Amino acid sequence: MLAAIGVASMDELLVDIPRSLRLDSLALPAGLSEFETMAQVESLAARNRIFADRLTFRGGGVYRRFIPAAVAAVTSKPEFYTAYTPYQPEASQGTLQAIYEFQTLIAELTALDVANASMYDGATAVAEAAMMAHIHTGRNEVVVAGYLHPEYLEVLRAFAEGRGIKVRKGTEANAKTAAVIFQQPDFLGMLVDARGLTESAHKAGALSIACVDPISLAILAPPGEYGADIAAGEGQQLGLRPSYGGPHVGFIACSKELVRKLPGRLIGSSHDAAGRRGFVLTLTAREQHIRRERATSNICTNHSLCALAASVYMTYMGPDGMRQVAEVSFKRAHALADRLSKLPEWTMAFPDRQFLFEFPIRVPKGPALNRKLARKGILGGLDVHRWFRELKGIQTFTCTEVNDARALDELVEAVTS
Amino acid sequence: MDVSAASDVLPKDQLRAHPPLLPRLSEPEIMRHYSRLASLNYSISEQFYPLGSCTMKYNPVANEVAATLPGFTDLHPYQDEDSVQGALSLMWRLEQALCAVVGVERVTLQPAAGAHGEWTALRMIQAFHRSRGESRTEVLVPDSAHGTNPASAALSGFHVVEVKSGADGRISLADLESKLSPSVAALMLTNPNTLGLFEREILDVAEMVHATGAKLYYDGANLNAFMGICRPGDMGFDAVHMNLHKTFTTPHGGGGPGAGPVGVKADLVPFLPTPTVERLNGHLKLDFKRPQSIGRVRSFYGNFGMLVRAYTYILAMGGDGLTQASLDAVLSANYLRNEVKGVLDMPHDGACMHEFVASARNLAPHGIKALDVAKGLLERDFYAPTIYFPLVVPEAIMVEPTETESKATLDAFATAVKEIVKQAQEDPQALHDAPHGLPVGRLDEVATARKINAYLQGQSEEPVLRWKRAPQDPC
Amino acid sequence: MAERRYTKSHEWLTVDGKTATVGITDFAQSQLGDVVFLELPAAGRKLSVHESFGVVESVKAASDLYSPVAGRITSVNDKLAAHPELINSDPYGDGWILKVELAGELPADLLDEAAYKKVAEA
Repeated sequence: MLAAIGVASMDELLVDIPRSLRLDSLALPAGLSEFETMAQVESLAARNRIFADRLTFRGGGVYRRFIPAAVAAVTSKPEFYTAYTPYQPEASQGTLQAIYEFQTLIAELTALDVANASMYDGATAVAEAAMMAHIHTGRNEVVVAGYLHPEYLEVLRAFAEGRGIKVRKGTEANAKTAAVIFQQPDFLGMLVDARGLTESAHKAGALSIACVDPISLAILAPPGEYGADIAAGEGQQLGLRPSYGGPHVGFIACSKELVRKLPGRLIGSSHDAAGRRGFVLTLTAREQHIRRERATSNICTNHSLCALAASVYMTYMGPDGMRQVAEVSFKRAHALADRLSKLPEWTMAFPDRQFLFEFPIRVPKGPALNRKLARKGILGGLDVHRWFRELKGIQTFTCTEVNDARALDELVEAVTS
Repeated sequence: MDVSAASDVLPKDQLRAHPPLLPRLSEPEIMRHYSRLASLNYSISEQFYPLGSCTMKYNPVANEVAATLPGFTDLHPYQDEDSVQGALSLMWRLEQALCAVVGVERVTLQPAAGAHGEWTALRMIQAFHRSRGESRTEVLVPDSAHGTNPASAALSGFHVVEVKSGADGRISLADLESKLSPSVAALMLTNPNTLGLFEREILDVAEMVHATGAKLYYDGANLNAFMGICRPGDMGFDAVHMNLHKTFTTPHGGGGPGAGPVGVKADLVPFLPTPTVERLNGHLKLDFKRPQSIGRVRSFYGNFGMLVRAYTYILAMGGDGLTQASLDAVLSANYLRNEVKGVLDMPHDGACMHEFVASARNLAPHGIKALDVAKGLLERDFYAPTIYFPLVVPEAIMVEPTETESKATLDAFATAVKEIVKQAQEDPQALHDAPHGLPVGRLDEVATARKINAYLQGQSEEPVLRWKRAPQDPC
Repeated sequence: MAERRYTKSHEWLTVDGKTATVGITDFAQSQLGDVVFLELPAAGRKLSVHESFGVVESVKAASDLYSPVAGRITSVNDKLAAHPELINSDPYGDGWILKVELAGELPADLLDEAAYKKVAEA
């Protein structure tokens, strides 16, 4: 090949690189065979402690769910996972249609008009939703009502700071407020007055942004039913493993009026000259590679393969499956809450509040308890005091459909032993 | 234990009034549906993807096995640090390896994508200047830069100023000189530049930028050009962005997920996103006590599953393998450039690095544009190269073969390009109608955009951005 | 109708008494390609010379629109919402964008037909 190019050595091709920059070698070990590589990687994996799904009672934004085998069967198809971004639509109809379906399913679940092709995670989805509200209203403040996931709040602050937007904790919107953001159920698992918060936001001319749990939407009133303008959230529960926090998938949906402000990719249906129906990236003039410094977001990608997983999950489960998952999780969580709150010194932190699958409870000697539970292979509750000073001694416990009745017995036995 | 159902316990106005209209399908129907969709895709597993600036190299299957080990997939991010030493160790080792490859002090693995990493880097640079009481409001970006560069800068509150390229596509030092000032926070560069040419004067550029107190940012899109040959850190870059889904083989997944780690020199270390992974006496921990940190840029610690894949790749390749990869990438690009330079316009003479930019300008007399060439390639079972980028070259076609393609594939691609050029001269209409033989032909994007606007303005019920509910669907 | 004038940013205007009609040139529409959407201001808004007042969007590009004059918007072409393609098919007629009530003299930097032709060909 060098001969074909007409050069004598690679150095002639690298002639532009100053001599002083040339390396002798990289300060890295030599390469390994596949056998040796996998041995090393497996030993790293083995140095982690994994807890069985059924004995996991910790949530906080990442949850164990039943994942049908169909999900991995589809996402491990090389035609999906090694495909590129669908810029050449004729060669990408598989990806394009699958994500079009994701957009449809999320719009249905949230009961809003349009969903985009997905975001990185729930935190950045919420932050981008806030940016949309800022641009739409021209106002420079967002209000965070109640217990929003603390990491989502941190990311929101990081995005807001870059654009000179103020983030205030409270419940009341005023003439300076672009949006009121709330999480439903909230970070502690409790239900909030989504309808009331939406109405009061609108009274002040602000938008209502609901950060929602997609499984909860099988039984809870979705944002579209109570008039929220934007729904954002984390789709990990729709077919994705916890995977130490990523990659997961954010989603964002909104009413018609806000569609032009949606960040990220959008897929639309189209036709070719022969009248065949196809799918294509659309409204791309909104995006960073065209608007450049006038773009409203710099996101130029989506978590496509994760959105595909979520689509397979939602398709597989259907409305009945998702409803069942939500109902079973509800019952298990309430059964557990009932049993734990009867233990000495255990009390529900907010006894008057409703919850779905996660609940905050006062736990005596929480850290020591979690160590004891871990020794028995149980991942206990999440200590929320680490983020909220007013919640000293309180943990949240989660139950989903994977925590069978026997698992609840094992947890209570382990606690009381 | 008898527990009530949600619908019995929760107040009615909290409950969903109308069920979501999700499909009701059996597993065989679902599997067939997705298998059919899969068959409609081109992918690296099937086709050559010479996409300039995208580094579409082969995705090793061993990486998939690694990433799906239960010891990784089943970890909850809020597990005690003692129980995730393997995961933290992998992150720490990956950080060390990336530091070695690009020549920096520390690397954050948090950003989920390239653009995300870019924004993170600019925020760190901004925080650095502010910590010194300096309010620098401008960021310099070459006119050949990718659109994310100015977008990320604007989103960090910077005013973007363009720096001109010289006649050879490299940054004009004279223009740079005229635009540097105490208001400039950073210059963003990719090297090699978006024309595939190494910025020969990079050491001078770095000196000029640093002399004014500004920082130099590296866009890592083209890192595949020189791993093991030279390092951005040594060139003077203060923040080095990388794309694990380009240089380090994590699969594109149809658009994502990827990962965009950012390496930094000592000055910027205090501003790294929180938490970082620290190692003390062989024990790994997450450090949340970082008072000057820019905060979090996403939830949890990073796209961990992608970090596993990249680390597995680096482990397998080693320093020698990565170096060879870059050498082969440069060789392949030059070979291919040499094969097609006779039939396509080449805006710049001389060797390229891992990618080259050609122009379809010479086909204009036949009414053929870069888009037509791209569609012609799709028809011949090649994914098209990047087109219309960089903006400074009219009818640009940017080709990056990468090191994982055989000579036979490169030859076949060159032959296809020559055929297309011949077709442009003899039967241009056929090219305008390309691609034939794919599931769909060229789609009417204008009609789609107009229909969407009609829907958004309430003139039509056709949503276009989702399946429409059928009239008989329950509401 | 007075003679058409142009700007370097490819807008045109004609003046009738105190009212200017503003649009984008044939050259501009051919560069943009098929227009799919316009982001336009409301009537009543005041504009200064060179102020950006909206965006014209095609599938591949989005261009800011700059006011050639200072004044108050008296009307906006409401046909463009449903028929953005008028910008392409009739940029100087039915594809007009704004009518502006002039405040003061016309700016000195407006180009005549010949001068604009040179700009477009550059």
